[in-house]
This record gives sequence, C-alpha cells and structure tokens, in this order.
Amino acid sequence: MSRPGGQGRDALEVKFVPDEEVLKHIAEYTGMKVQKNKTQLVGSVKRFVKKLENISDDEAQEILEEKNYVAALGLCTQDPMGNGSSVSGGEVYSFQTPKRSSKMAELASELAQTPGQSVAPDHSKCPDKTAKAPQNNKHTSSDKVLQRNKKKEIVSTTPYRLRKRLTAPDPYLESESEYSASCSEEDEEDQKEVSTVLSGQETPAKTKAASTPPPRNTLAKKNKNKMGNLVEEYFEAHSSSKVLTSDRTLQKLRKRRLNQQTLHDLLKKAPLAYAAEIKELNQQHERLFSKWMLQLHLGFNIVLYGLGSKRDLLEKFRTSVLQESVHLVVNGYFPSITLRSILNSITEDVLNHIGTFRSPPDQLEFIIKKFKEDSSLELYVLIHNLDSQMLRGERSQQILAQLSSLPSIYLIASIDHINAPLLWDQAKLSLYNWLWYETTTFSPYVEETSYENSLLVQQSGSLALSSLTHVLRSLTLNARGIFRLLAQYQLKNKDNPSYAGLSFQDFYQQCREAFLVNSDLTLRAQLTEFRDHKLIRTKRGADGVEYLLIPVDDSTLADFLEKEDEDI
Amino acid sequence: MASDQIRNKGVNVTDHDLTFRSLSEVLQNNITPYIALLEAKDCPGIKNLMQKLMGQLMNCYIDVDSSEDEDYVQVSHNRIRCSMTSLINWYEHVTKKPDSETPSKKRTSSSRHWQSPPVVVVFKDMESFSTKVLQDFIVISSQHIHELPLVLIFGIATSPMIIHSLLPHFVSSLLCIELFQSLSCKDHLSTIIDKLLLRASFPFKLGEKVLQVLINIFLYHDFSVQNFIKGFQLCIVEHFCSQPVSVLCCQLVDAKKRADSLSHDQCENIRKLPSFRRYVESQVSEKQIALLTVDTYLKEITQKLLEDLHVYHENYLSVLRCLHVFTSFLPKYPLGKQIRELYCACLENQVWETEEYESSLQLARMLNKSDLVTMLQQCVEIFVSSSGKEFDNTVEKLKEFLTQFQKLEEEAFQEQDVSVSSQKELQKKTDLYHLQKTLLELKESRRSKKLTKFEMLRFEVVDYIDSLVRNYLVPANHKTLHEIMYFNTASVLREHLNAAPRIALHTALNNPYRYLKAFSTVVMGAEGPNADAASSDQVDDIIHARFIRAVSELELLGFIKPSKQKTDHVARLTWGGC
Repeated sequence: MSRPGGQGRDALEVKFVPDEEVLKHIAEYTGMKVQKNKTQLVGSVKRFVKKLENISDDEAQEILEEKNYVAALGLCTQDPMGNGSSVSGGEVYSFQTPKRSSKMAELASELAQTPGQSVAPDHSKCPDKTAKAPQNNKHTSSDKVLQRNKKKEIVSTTPYRLRKRLTAPDPYLESESEYSASCSEEDEEDQKEVSTVLSGQETPAKTKAASTPPPRNTLAKKNKNKMGNLVEEYFEAHSSSKVLTSDRTLQKLRKRRLNQQTLHDLLKKAPLAYAAEIKELNQQHERLFSKWMLQLHLGFNIVLYGLGSKRDLLEKFRTSVLQESVHLVVNGYFPSITLRSILNSITEDVLNHIGTFRSPPDQLEFIIKKFKEDSSLELYVLIHNLDSQMLRGERSQQILAQLSSLPSIYLIASIDHINAPLLWDQAKLSLYNWLWYETTTFSPYVEETSYENSLLVQQSGSLALSSLTHVLRSLTLNARGIFRLLAQYQLKNKDNPSYAGLSFQDFYQQCREAFLVNSDLTLRAQLTEFRDHKLIRTKRGADGVEYLLIPVDDSTLADFLEKEDEDI
Repeated sequence: MASDQIRNKGVNVTDHDLTFRSLSEVLQNNITPYIALLEAKDCPGIKNLMQKLMGQLMNCYIDVDSSEDEDYVQVSHNRIRCSMTSLINWYEHVTKKPDSETPSKKRTSSSRHWQSPPVVVVFKDMESFSTKVLQDFIVISSQHIHELPLVLIFGIATSPMIIHSLLPHFVSSLLCIELFQSLSCKDHLSTIIDKLLLRASFPFKLGEKVLQVLINIFLYHDFSVQNFIKGFQLCIVEHFCSQPVSVLCCQLVDAKKRADSLSHDQCENIRKLPSFRRYVESQVSEKQIALLTVDTYLKEITQKLLEDLHVYHENYLSVLRCLHVFTSFLPKYPLGKQIRELYCACLENQVWETEEYESSLQLARMLNKSDLVTMLQQCVEIFVSSSGKEFDNTVEKLKEFLTQFQKLEEEAFQEQDVSVSSQKELQKKTDLYHLQKTLLELKESRRSKKLTKFEMLRFEVVDYIDSLVRNYLVPANHKTLHEIMYFNTASVLREHLNAAPRIALHTALNNPYRYLKAFSTVVMGAEGPNADAASSDQVDDIIHARFIRAVSELELLGFIKPSKQKTDHVARLTWGGC
C-alpha cells in the first residue's frame, strides 16, 4: 500500500498511519479476508472527506489534537519501524481491555524504544482536551481491523457513540462519524453496505482512491439510507447491548494469590520511580505549612486533593507544626472508623468527659457548647481520606461539617476519590469553608489501600482471619462453640448457591443439642455480641425468619476452623 | 389571633441560616423572648415538632431568666408531656411570673417586650415540611389561639402560591397571611460592593480579574453572599501574605508614617515594583539616580505618590458613581446596569476607548431634557457629598448647566411667542417671492435655534462628563504604586475557591510515565529486553505486586469497581465507562 499523502497533506499522513498497521496485520495474520482492506479504506475515505469539507470544527480539532499527540509521542509516520501508529492516545489513556495478550507487551516495547519523547507537556496542561481526544482515538481503524479479526473481544462502545451523537449537530455528519468510528459487532452489516457503496462507485481497492474525494451525491444518497437507520440506531445504542469481555481470569495466570504481607514486602523491594522528583514536589508542598496554619487560624479549613497519598504530607505537617498543640488524627481509610469513634475521642480525650451520649447530634451539641464556653480550647483535626467509605455518609459529613465550622476547631483533610466533591452540597460547603490545595504527591497509597479488600488480594483474607481469631479469643468457650457451629454449617453449604444462612430456630436447636445454650435468650445475647463485632450478619428472609450468616469468604472460614482445631 | 406571615426568598440556601438567625435575634430583642426555629429535617412528625418546639421555648425561657429558676425548669422539662395544654400552662406560667416576682433583671427584659408577648415559630423551609404535620399543627394551635398568641413565620423559596397548594382551604383559612419579601441576594451583593469596594476610606482594593472571578463564582455557582465574603477574606489574606509592599496598604496617615520608617530592603521592594519602574523611567536622569539610590528621597516620593493614589481613589469613585447615573439610564445598558459591571469595565482598561463607552455616549446625546436634568441633579449630589476636594469647580459647572436648562425653558416660551408673531407677519405678506424668502429664513432659524439652545447644551453636558471620565477614571494599573492597594492574582483565588480535583487527577495521570507504571506488561516492556515475559507464564513477583497495588489504587480513586457479573472483572467508572 502506498502512502499518497506526501508532505502537503498532513491530515492524510495521519490518516494513513493505520494502514501500516494493516500491513503488519496482513503479515501476521495471513488468514485475513480482503474485506478488511476495504473497511480500512472506508474509514480513511471518510476521514478525508470530512477534512476537505471542513464540516465540523470539533472533529477537525480533535483530529489535530490526535495528530499533535502522536507527534509529541515521537511516533509519527516517518518512524522507520512503521509501528508508531498502534499507540494512539486512546490506547494509552483509556482503560481498554487488551485485544491480544501480546498486544500490551508489544506496545510497551515500542514505547521503550522511544522513551525520551513520550512526554507531552502541553497536553498535561489541558487535561480536559486530552481526556477527550483519546475517546476519539479509541476506535481508529486499526482497532477496527483488530476487532474484526477477533470478534469475541469487543469493548462496549455504547457510551462513546452516544457522546458522538450529542456532539455532532449535523445529522449528515452524525451518520458519518458514526461510521468512521463504529466498531461494534452489530455494525458489520452497515460496514458491508458502505463498502458496497464504495464499490458501486467503482473505486478500486487501492489507496489511490482515497485521494479523490467521492462525489457528494453518493454521500447524500447514503445519507438518505442512513437517516432511516438513525432511529433504529438510537434504540440500538440505548438498548443494553451485550458487552463481551474476555474470559481470561487471574486463575489462569498460574500465579498464587499474594497475601497482604508478602505484597507489602514485595512492594517495599520495588524501587520507587522518580524518587528525586517526587521528593522535590513534596518539599514544595511543605513550604505551604505556615500558610496553612495562618489560614486555619483565620477560620478557613483546608482540603488537599490530587493524585498520590497525602498521608505522609499530613503526617509531616503534624510533626513539624502541630507538636505543641492538641490535635486529633483520623485515619478515614481505616475500615472500622466511625463517626462515633471520632466524636468519642474528642469528648473523652480532648474534653475529658466521661459519659455516653444518646446520639451523635447530642454529642456534637455538647462539643459545641464546650468549645464555646472555653475559648482557650483549640483543636486541630487531621482527617486522612475524608471521602472514605465509612465517612461518606450524609449524616457523618453533616456532623463533621458542623464540627469544622467551630471557630476553634481547625480541620485539615485530604480527599482522593475522583467524585469526592460531590459529597458536599452548598450548605455543607459553606459550613466547611474549604480552601482547596492541590497537592499531587505521586506517592503510592500504601496505607490507604492496605485495608481495602482489594480485588486481587481479597482471597488471602489474612486480615479478616486475624480479626476473627482476635475477637473470638476474648469470648467464652460457649460463645466460641456457637460460632463454630455456625461456621461449620456455612462451610457445609458452601456449594449451595441459594444458601441464605442458618435460620435462628434451627441454630437454636443445634446449640441446645450441643449443650451450648439453655434458652433462646442466652443465644440471642450471644448473637448480639457477634453482631456488634461484625462477625455475623442477620437477614430476614421472605418468610420472616431470621437467617444468620458469617460475612467472610469460605476459604478464610476454613482456615479459621483449622486453626481453632489446632488450638483445641 | 394567629397572624401568620410569610417570607419569600430566592434560590440561595447557604445564607438563609444567617438571615433567619438575625431575624430571630431582632425579634428576640424587640418583640418577644419566645422564639422557636424549626427545620423540616427535625420534624418528621407532629410529635417531633412539638418536642422540638417546646424544647426550644423552654430553653429560651432559661436564657431570659437567670439561673435561679433553672432547677425548676429542668424538672419540668423532664416531666412535661409534649402537648398543647402543657405548652399553654407553661406560657401562662411565664407570662404571669414577672408580675408576681419581678426581680430587677426581669423587669428590664419584660419592659422591652409586650405585656403578653406572642410565641413566634419560624418554619425555615416550609416546602420540605410534610403537609400533614403542618396541617395538624395549624389546626391544633388554632384551637388554642385564645390562650396562646402564636405567630408563625414560614420561609418560602418558591412562590407564595405554594401555601395554598400545600394546605387545603380549611387550613389556610385559619391563617391570616401577610407576605414579606426578603431582599434578593444580588441586592446584598450590591450593598457589599458599595460599602466595601467603592469606599475610598478602605485602602484594600480588588483588581479587575479578581473581582470578576468573585462575581462569577457568585453568579454562576452559588448566589451566596457568604461565599463572596469568604473569597474577599481570602484575597486580603493572600495580599498581605504574598505582596511585601502591602505594609503600606493602610489608612493614608499610617501609610505615610510607615513609609517614613521603611527599611532598606523594603525600599528595594518598592523599587522592584513594575509600576514604580515605569515611573522612574519617566523622570529626568538625576532624579532617576536619586530614586534608585537614595532611600530618603524614595521615601519622600513614596509618600507623595501614596497621597496621589488616595486622592485618585476619592475622585475615581465619585466620578464612577456619576458615570453610573448616566449609564444606568440608557436603554440596553451598554456599560451594564449594575455599578459593579461598570466598575469592572473601568478597572480593566481605559473605559473611554471601548466601544460600549462610545455607544453609551451616543445614547446619552439623545437623552431628553427632564432625564438629563434629574441626572445632573444626582451628579451634583454625589459630588457635593463626596470627600474629594477638587470637585468645587465641577459642582459649579454642573449647577451652571442646570440653570442654563432652566433658562432654556423660559426661552422656549419666548420663542413660541416669536414664532407666533412671525407667523402673524407671514400672513401679512402677499408677495410670493417674499413669502418664499421668509419661509426659508424661518426654517433656517428654527433649525439653528434648536441646535444652539437645547442640543448644544446637551452636547456640552455630555462632553463635560466625558472629560471628567477621561480625567479621573484612569485605570488603576496605570497608577504608580498601585500594587500596594490592589490584589491582582486571580489564579490563586480560582485555585483555592473553585478547585477542580478531577482535573488535577487527570493532569497527574496524563503524565504517560505515571500511567505506564500501572500495568505490569508495560512496565516489563519499558524495563528491559525481556519484553515478552508478560505473555510467558512466569510473571515476576514484584511486577505482580505492583500491578495489584495499581489496581487497588485505581479502586481507591474511584476509577474502577469490581463488577459482580464475572470473577476478576472490574468495571470502568470514568472516562466513558460502562
């Protein structure tokens, strides 16, 4: 395939990058059909036409950006290897399922060959645009060919297409972009149709054709056809099209799952990349400490955002500035942190108050009163991950906001979740009185993620196991027996997918038979204790019967029973 | 009589607390000690409402009384059942009490209030209350209205019609409704800008961009005056933190004193100011040397410049208000209806060079006489009340215009007489040639007369105003040492008030290297020649661990979540997710 673009037509050059890819594919997959070539062609023709007629600024802009991006990556068409095209921005930036197992590695090797150039500084300055550009890039024709090649691994394109629809106001353009971009299965017929239109035009399946724009009337004709399809396509796009995902699971990796400890050790060994730069960045943040103090004292509260763990930064702030003053550190990422525990530590440790409160609002009222009475009281509250699972609730945020609005309570918090600002409505925002500081640290979230039941570590369950044994060790022998009974029953039923739990009556019966309880009340008292420690969960079934369940996965439970047996 | 009132408010939420708090404070001080503030979220049922109501009323009773009665109230608080009768009993008890016991403290408090002060209940957000609760409460309390004078205040965000749609007729007929409209948040903003920014007595000023950012946040984000004030506070903090020469940003007298005692370093800071450099360059060479080397001379000049700046501000604001009088009258408001828009335009650059100004002048040249006269009168008032000293001439000039307008009126009468007489003359003539000639003359004279009298004067007035504007409304950044008073770094403000964490994340992740770290295969490829290892079965432990970390980090950041459909699968949540 020749490259007709030459020097004069930059747009064409970009267009035809995928062709190289196609060539490569032909070389690799000899069993490819001719049709692929055609579809490839169609894509490029479309693009070209669009360029020429300058229909949509948006589109052109996006293409331009894409081009810039490719150029910035140093992977232009002039690349002698001819491989650069496969790394369009979209593939690097968006979370796509890899099409082939070796694809990623290939990408990586390509990138490794051109390491110095891959930083695109101007793009990092306009992340919005770059975030958009990959969307456009996502389905370059090379992709398309690939997907044609391996039908089973097709990513869902629905949202993308919907967006397209929104951005393109012109129906003609719409259908156009629809076509150049569409790649999901159901478009196969359309693709064929398009290719027949082209062949009807008697365009040879050679790239030369691309340089002569197809006459407008054919396009118009096509347009008419498409208009009818538009409605169908709308519903198609909105219907829940089947999303196909790969069947490759982690089990197939032949890799045992790591537990928390080994993971931690391994990560310690892994060198932190760009340590010097990150350190410099952090030092920059540290220079803000005195300013933070000033602003905290002026009645603002400070929230830190940005990528990277901000725990160390806050710790440093604490140790360097807050040594002398009363402060409270809240590890929001800790899975069992509750609002009550925060409030309790304020009332008990800071205010030295002994006694309980009926509800958090009462407690808050008490704290407010105390702080208003005694103006010399000052408290710094540091919250790591204000947006964590446990503190995310509306009520806890409300109370924290009210707490932070006290003039003598200074709050400095960090947020990580991308949607964290949605937590707060206007009322809460005005209570919090935030000043935002971007503190991108790039440091790994070691502490924060260690408590999270990560997708890949969760089966190890060492944490759950240790907490189980800890709690049970503090209980009476009978209580342990009760728990064992439940655990054994659950394990026995582990293959039963409709197992809802052990009903209370049955459980009572079993416990009685094992001489563990003498009345239904004692059992209930035991269960309350379990529930308080989150060892069991109760669910009411459809028939109104209470079902008991241990919310721990089976392997952990088996481990636990084993250990118990050893102990006895 | 249950006289019930309604306050009508706009969309704004955050400032309402403040409004209601100050309202209840005013009421408490002037009318009645018995006030309860109720919010919808506290009152899901009539019982909670009563509890809350009584709790607040009893508490306020404690506040009014001194601690001697506290024991009694505490007991009763525990004892009482929340019902209307107990409320009435309580009310009778408190209203009678001052007569029987009358401690000195109480007398003072009761003297401020009526003999039997009404109980005021404020419903902060009427729309969110459940209708049943409201209905029940109104019906019940209307039964007891003779024993318990009750005033309800409803806060309504939408339209007053809502009260009829929320309450059925038989309930709303029990109310005697009076409507009060609270000021809109825009009015509050105008007041604040007027009182804070447009006062010469207040040395700290906002630059054009900063003001624009603050106003934009107000108009497009929250309508919250509180937030505007917060932004303003932040500006002050930032200004005094980041600008070293801001030591001189204070009242003129203090500023002069401080300028006198500047250290050498501070003098250097002043020399570094761009506006000061410009000033130096405009001086003759000997002076330049003196300014750059001799500290005492610099201090002298600085004092003089500060004084200039002060005078400039005084004049500036008066002329600005004057110009606003004119522009706010014009159709379509080319320079904006509000004074803040005009202020922004004037701060930004030389306003007389803008098209808007040109068109507004043109429009001003077409104003009718009565409008023009009223405007001139307003301007005279502004200048008379202003603290600027240079405006004596201006006031005189404006007054002269006014008298000329008056004269014009008188002349107009005479003119009418003249025209009438000339017409009479006209009738005498019979000669065609003469007739033609006189007609032409008449026409000529008429046209020229009109131009000379009213229109000429109008032109003069407009030109005069124009000259005032050109003289006094020079943008601040043309002034020497403006950096002392003006805070101009809008980016700081935007960063801290209107942050975009999403963008920060995107930016950070857009660094390709960082992103590449995320996937073990890519890591492998980047690290060495064994690029094919990813596909082989033996994945390095470390890389596996790093992959795990990357995945859990992504989960923490909210980019992915485990999908329940399949094992080991995650769903993408952002960037065009499923």
